[in-house]
Amino acid sequence: MEWINVIVQGILLGGLYALFAAGLSLMFGVMRFINIAHGDFIVVAAYLLLVMVMTLGLPPVVGIGVVVILMSAVGYLGQRILLNRVLDEDILPPVLVTFGLSIIIQNSLLEAFSADSQRVPSGNFATASLTFNDELAIGVLPLAMFLAAVGVIGVLQFIFFRTALGRLLRATSDDPEIIPLMGANNSHVFAIATALASAVVAVAGTMLAMKTNFDPTIGPSRLLFAFEAVIIGGMGNIWGTLAGGIILGVAQTIGAQIDAGYQILAGHLAFLAVLIVRPMGLFAKAKG
Amino acid sequence: MKSLSQTALHRQSKVQRLALIGVAIIGFVALASAPLWAGRADLRLLMEALSFLALAQMWNLLAGYTGLISVGQQAYVGLGGYFFFALAMFTAVPVLLAIPLAALAAGLVAIPTAWIAFRLQGAYFAIGTWVIAEVFRLIAAQFPALGGGSGISLPVALVRSIASSRSGIELVMYYMAFFIALASILSVWVLLRSRWGLALTAIRDSEPAAASLGVNIRRVKFMVYVCTAVGTALTGAFIFLQKLRITPEAAFSVTEWSAFVIFIVVIGGLGTIEGPIIGVILFFLLRDLAADLGTWYLIGLGALAIAVMLIDRRGIWGAFKARGFPNLFVTQRTLN
Amino acid sequence: MTKLLETQDLTAHYGDFQALFGIDLSVEEGETIAIIGSNGAGKSTFLRAVTGMRPATGQNITYDGQQIAGMTADRIHHLGLAMVPEGRRLFSSLSVEENLKIGAAGKRTGPWNLDEVFKLFPALLERRRHGGTELSGGQQQMVAIGRALMSNPRLLLCDEISLGLAPKIIREIYAAVPLIRERGTSLVVIEQDIAQALRVANRVYCFQEGRVSLTGQPSELSRDAIAKAYFGTEDS
Repeated sequence: MEWINVIVQGILLGGLYALFAAGLSLMFGVMRFINIAHGDFIVVAAYLLLVMVMTLGLPPVVGIGVVVILMSAVGYLGQRILLNRVLDEDILPPVLVTFGLSIIIQNSLLEAFSADSQRVPSGNFATASLTFNDELAIGVLPLAMFLAAVGVIGVLQFIFFRTALGRLLRATSDDPEIIPLMGANNSHVFAIATALASAVVAVAGTMLAMKTNFDPTIGPSRLLFAFEAVIIGGMGNIWGTLAGGIILGVAQTIGAQIDAGYQILAGHLAFLAVLIVRPMGLFAKAKG
Repeated sequence: MKSLSQTALHRQSKVQRLALIGVAIIGFVALASAPLWAGRADLRLLMEALSFLALAQMWNLLAGYTGLISVGQQAYVGLGGYFFFALAMFTAVPVLLAIPLAALAAGLVAIPTAWIAFRLQGAYFAIGTWVIAEVFRLIAAQFPALGGGSGISLPVALVRSIASSRSGIELVMYYMAFFIALASILSVWVLLRSRWGLALTAIRDSEPAAASLGVNIRRVKFMVYVCTAVGTALTGAFIFLQKLRITPEAAFSVTEWSAFVIFIVVIGGLGTIEGPIIGVILFFLLRDLAADLGTWYLIGLGALAIAVMLIDRRGIWGAFKARGFPNLFVTQRTLN
Repeated sequence: MTKLLETQDLTAHYGDFQALFGIDLSVEEGETIAIIGSNGAGKSTFLRAVTGMRPATGQNITYDGQQIAGMTADRIHHLGLAMVPEGRRLFSSLSVEENLKIGAAGKRTGPWNLDEVFKLFPALLERRRHGGTELSGGQQQMVAIGRALMSNPRLLLCDEISLGLAPKIIREIYAAVPLIRERGTSLVVIEQDIAQALRVANRVYCFQEGRVSLTGQPSELSRDAIAKAYFGTEDS
């Protein structure tokens, strides 16, 4: 019966991966732009929380709020000032710019914090757990994180489908050229999309900081997990991304159960399997 | 009838072209004769530069002409390296022959890999190739015979089998690098001047138009992907022969074999043969100047990449060409 | 009375190619202007320059007395100029209703809102939840026009709304024009259907190879004059 435990852990892990994926998929959906530094921004959020909690002594919840606001602002400005200038049909300039950003971020973090593994302590939460009969114990923190992830995705879904802003974001992803004819400014819309994605990244990064050990170099592998979750779940579908994250998480925990060294490989293989069988993803929404 | 200023431009362009050819000949002769004038450390540096040049030409062919932006070419550098070590260490194949054989083996792997990777488009294809490279890395780390996760060194006896003396070995290795770099440039140039090249240029200029003219886009992209995989693996096999040691992390490093190569190509000038040459020179100059700055060197490199994209995304050679600089390697057909 | 829209000596280039050679055009408040001309005459280029969809710095385009050349398209939209673009360009991820609502992003007040648009084009009401691009060509054109009306424009610019539509549908759509005019919106329509253009317009401009070849009221213009202005010389 320990397999049930494995699967539950996988599902909880999947919530985190779904958050990684949601930010990536948002930016790609609206701007057709893959941010190679996506994983590195998640790590930046983790380090920011570390500073908030360890250096400034803020309680973690307050720290998370500050990080979210900070990164949303940086995301908005960064898009407006830098990324908007390299966006167009060609995907290569954004690839090179975000590659450059990735290298800058990783090395700056190395300079500032050294390569040591870190973790943000979450007090009593860290060890508390709910037990169901003898076999199954679910940590309170991982459960809270999973619920938070589902909540964030629900909020995103709400924004996209029930608000005027979401309408504008969806329209921009369809046909950015005539958005100005609707009286909206593309620069601003793109920057709002990035700010939103940055907020999601901030939540994801702060959760990462409390859940596992992190160091400046784990960014790229987070990007790959995010990407895999998007592809498995299906493009253009926010809830599908949650499903994708969960499937990836479960694949990883099953792999880890077979052999600790197989965890990441198992995830990659699950991704490849979906890619071979259903390249659009398991829950893709066909676009008109 | 040509106006006076047009004739002057024409003459200036001719002079520029002659100057370029002159520089190229000097460079070629210098490289070909390097073992005569360069010290051991300089030779190693040149071999490294020539390897990066070959990798850059391959990536340029893939991205600049078929539009396949790959962030996963390290898959083939690593495969080339590992197949080479496997062939050299565990079969009777002589060391020098193991290099091209490793490249061919990698080419075989590239075939089903391409089929899988092509199920993704654009930016998703780019990251997908990276995931595939990671899969190869993780699989390579599973083989204890090849050192598992910590890697393995090439047995001294194998190295000694290349030539009788130490300088002999270095001579052979240098000319291998020289040959690989030269082959990469020439094969790209010849390809672009051929009928295939016409198809490639058509695809680069407009895929729908090319398709409507009967170009089998998927087949062309497939062929180019597999061929660049072979070229990349050939270079990878040599690189790890030179390093004498292979580890999964080094073999499949996305920073070394993708980020740096992409910087070289795009900063030098994508879609031109001259661009990667300029890019390699610039890259190694910078590395020479700044390498002991460690992380700051890398931060500077990242900032440079961003700056170049903001200033002129055509890269250095692209900017020159736009100002009327002539081509060194003529691949365009002009209508008269 | 200031003209609602006036261009003086408007030129436009695509790289080395010159598309417009000094267009003088004006629209008075309350008028319906038709622009006719064969393909490539520069009609769409003209509309794009006026709405800010293509660069127009240094040109002379005034809207209600204000110089708008060089302004961004979204700013021009906020001033009360709305365009129904060529090819409709509905948003495929949005429903009919959402496509209409997004037209109101400009937040100008006026007679037009969702209910009024549905009254104008009743066929859209029962399809309000359908995907924008799931409708027939004529219905999509109605959505495109409705979307532009939602911003309560003072001037509505329509680029080839009859393109690809059956004559019956074209008449149905143009039947809405009087009501649009009644509610205070002036119109500029680019039309391939010359008869329709003459029927609906107060004044007509004919473009030919980037120049205004003829202008006047429909009643003043003979068929021969129009044919000559449209096609150029008799034997071309």
